[in-house]
Amino acid sequence: MLPTDNEIRVLSPTGVCGSGFMESSFELALAERPHFIGCDAGSTDPGPTYLGTGRAAFPRDAVRRDLRIMLRGARKLGIPLLLGSAGTAGGDAQLALVRGIVQEIAASEGLEFKLALIHAEQDKAYLQRRLREGRVKPLHPAPQFDEATIDRSAHIVGMMGAEPFQRALAAGADVIIAGRASDTAIFAALPLMRGIPPGIAWHAAKILECGAAAVVQRKTPDCMFAWLRKDHFLMQAPDPSLRCTPQSIASHSLYENADPFRLVECSGTLDLTDSRYDAVDERTVRVSGSGFIPAERYTVKLEGAEQVGYQSVLIGSIRDPYIIRQIDDWSARLMEKIHARVTMVYGDDVKREDYHVNLRIYGKNGTMGPLEPVKEIRSHELCLVFEATAATQEIASAIAGITRHQALHLPIPEWSGLITGVACPYNYMERGPVYRFNVNHVVEPDDPCEMFRMELSQVRGAAVRSIAA
Amino acid sequence: MTTLAELARLIRSKNAGPFELTFDIMFDDEATYERVKRSGALSREVVATCYGLEPEEVKFFYCDRALAIKASIPRPYFQGDLRDSDGHGGQQYAPLMDIEIR
Repeated sequence: MLPTDNEIRVLSPTGVCGSGFMESSFELALAERPHFIGCDAGSTDPGPTYLGTGRAAFPRDAVRRDLRIMLRGARKLGIPLLLGSAGTAGGDAQLALVRGIVQEIAASEGLEFKLALIHAEQDKAYLQRRLREGRVKPLHPAPQFDEATIDRSAHIVGMMGAEPFQRALAAGADVIIAGRASDTAIFAALPLMRGIPPGIAWHAAKILECGAAAVVQRKTPDCMFAWLRKDHFLMQAPDPSLRCTPQSIASHSLYENADPFRLVECSGTLDLTDSRYDAVDERTVRVSGSGFIPAERYTVKLEGAEQVGYQSVLIGSIRDPYIIRQIDDWSARLMEKIHARVTMVYGDDVKREDYHVNLRIYGKNGTMGPLEPVKEIRSHELCLVFEATAATQEIASAIAGITRHQALHLPIPEWSGLITGVACPYNYMERGPVYRFNVNHVVEPDDPCEMFRMELSQVRGAAVRSIAA
Repeated sequence: MTTLAELARLIRSKNAGPFELTFDIMFDDEATYERVKRSGALSREVVATCYGLEPEEVKFFYCDRALAIKASIPRPYFQGDLRDSDGHGGQQYAPLMDIEIR
C-alpha cells in the first residue's frame, strides 16, 4: 500500500501480548511505517482468578519475548507503543509486573523512552461515593452490587476508554502501559486525536485488537495492519499467506460480542448496521459506512473479583454399570452422607451454608450441567469431579477427604458387603483461594480520566526518573 | 432432512463477557445461508427452547454480510461461579448442531 499524508497506519502485533507472533510478519509491517503499535494484553476470559490474585495468565517469559520485539520496533521507528489491560486483569499488581518486564528490556537493550503508566484499579472510597450518588448503574444481567460488595472485593478495575491514552500521548509518552482498558480504546485513541472519524477509528480498532484473528484461516497468533482514512479503512495481515476477505472481516464483529451490530464503548456506540466490506485484492479488505453514536453520559465499566473461599478438588471414576445406571440417586445419597459426616465432625462450627460441595459428572452432563438435553447415559464409565469449597483450606480439604471416603464405600442395593465404588488416581488437590466476578455495572464519572491515575517517567536503559504528570 | 451442522461452516459458542454466552452459526456461501435463514428452523424461539429460556431472553441476529446467524443468551451460571463448568463458554453449542433444516 502506498502511504499517503492523511492516513493513520496501525500495527497490531498480536491479539494478546504473550500469545506470540511471527517476527517476519512484524518486520514486514514495520516497513509500512505505522504511526503506532498497539497491543491488548488482557481479558476476563481466563476467569476471575487473575483479577482476584493479581497474577497474569500468560507466562512472564512469553510476555517478555513479545514486548522486547514490540519495544525495539517502536523505538527504531520512533513511534508510540500502547499496551492495554496489562497482565490479563489490568489491576495494580499486574501493571507493576508488566512495568518490571518493560524496565528489564530497556536495561538489557539500552532503550530510552518516556513511559506512562495508567492505573485502572479503583479506590474503594471513590466507588462507595459514586454508588451513594446513584452513579453506578447495572448492566444486564448483573449480580447484586452494593457497599458490602465493594468492601468484600479483592480488586475492582475500571475499563478505560480512549481518553486516558490520549492524555498520555499528549504528555509525550513513547510507551504506554495501561491497566484494564477497552480493547478497542488502545487502537482508537491516536487515530481519533488525528481526526479520523469515530466510526472508522472504532471499527478498525475492533478488528485490530484481536491481531490476525479476522483472517480467513489463522495458523498461529500473528500481526494485523490497517490504513485509516477519512471515509474508510483498509485491513491486511502482513504475512502474505494470510487473507482478509469481506466475509472474514464482517464475521469478526460476531466474535465474543453479544450484539454484532452495536458495540458499546465508554463514549458511545459503534454502529455497524450500514458497514460495507469490499475486497481490494485477494487479501485486503476496504471497510466503509460504519457509524458512531455518541453516548448521552460517559460510562466506565467495572470488573471486580471477590474471594468465595478455599477449594480442594477430588477426581474419581466409576466403571460399575450398577452404579452408573443409578448415578443420580447414588449422587443424592452420597451428598446426604457427606453432610451428615461434616456435621458429625464439626457440629455447629461448620454449618450447611458455610461450605459447598459441587459434583460434576463427565460422561453424563459435566460440560453443560442442567442445560444438557441428552438424558440417557451410554458411557461405560463416568468421571466424577468433586469440589469442596469452604472458609479455610483446612476445612475444604477435610471435606474433600470426607467426600472421598464416603464416595468410595457408598453401598448400593445390588451388592451386599463392603464395596469400593470409585477409582481415584490420587487424593484431593488443593486449589487455594477461589474467586468470582461480582460486578457488571458502569460508573458515570465527571471526567473520562478521573478514575485512571497516570504516572510518567523517563527510562534510560537501567535508569528510571519520575516526571510530574 | 439435513442438520444445521452439515450446512454450517462453523457453529461455535463463546463468552461475551463473564455474564453472557454467544453463539455464531456461520456459512460458506450465500445460498446455504439464505436456505437456513428462509427455513425459519433456526429462530429466537428455537434457541430459547434449546437452552431452557423465554424467547425474550434471547438476542437473535441475521448477519447478511458475514453470512452468519447469531444468538446471545444470559449465562446459565456466571463465568467462574462454583457451578460453572465452561469458563470460556466454548462447548455449549452442541444442541444447535442437530436442528433439522428442510
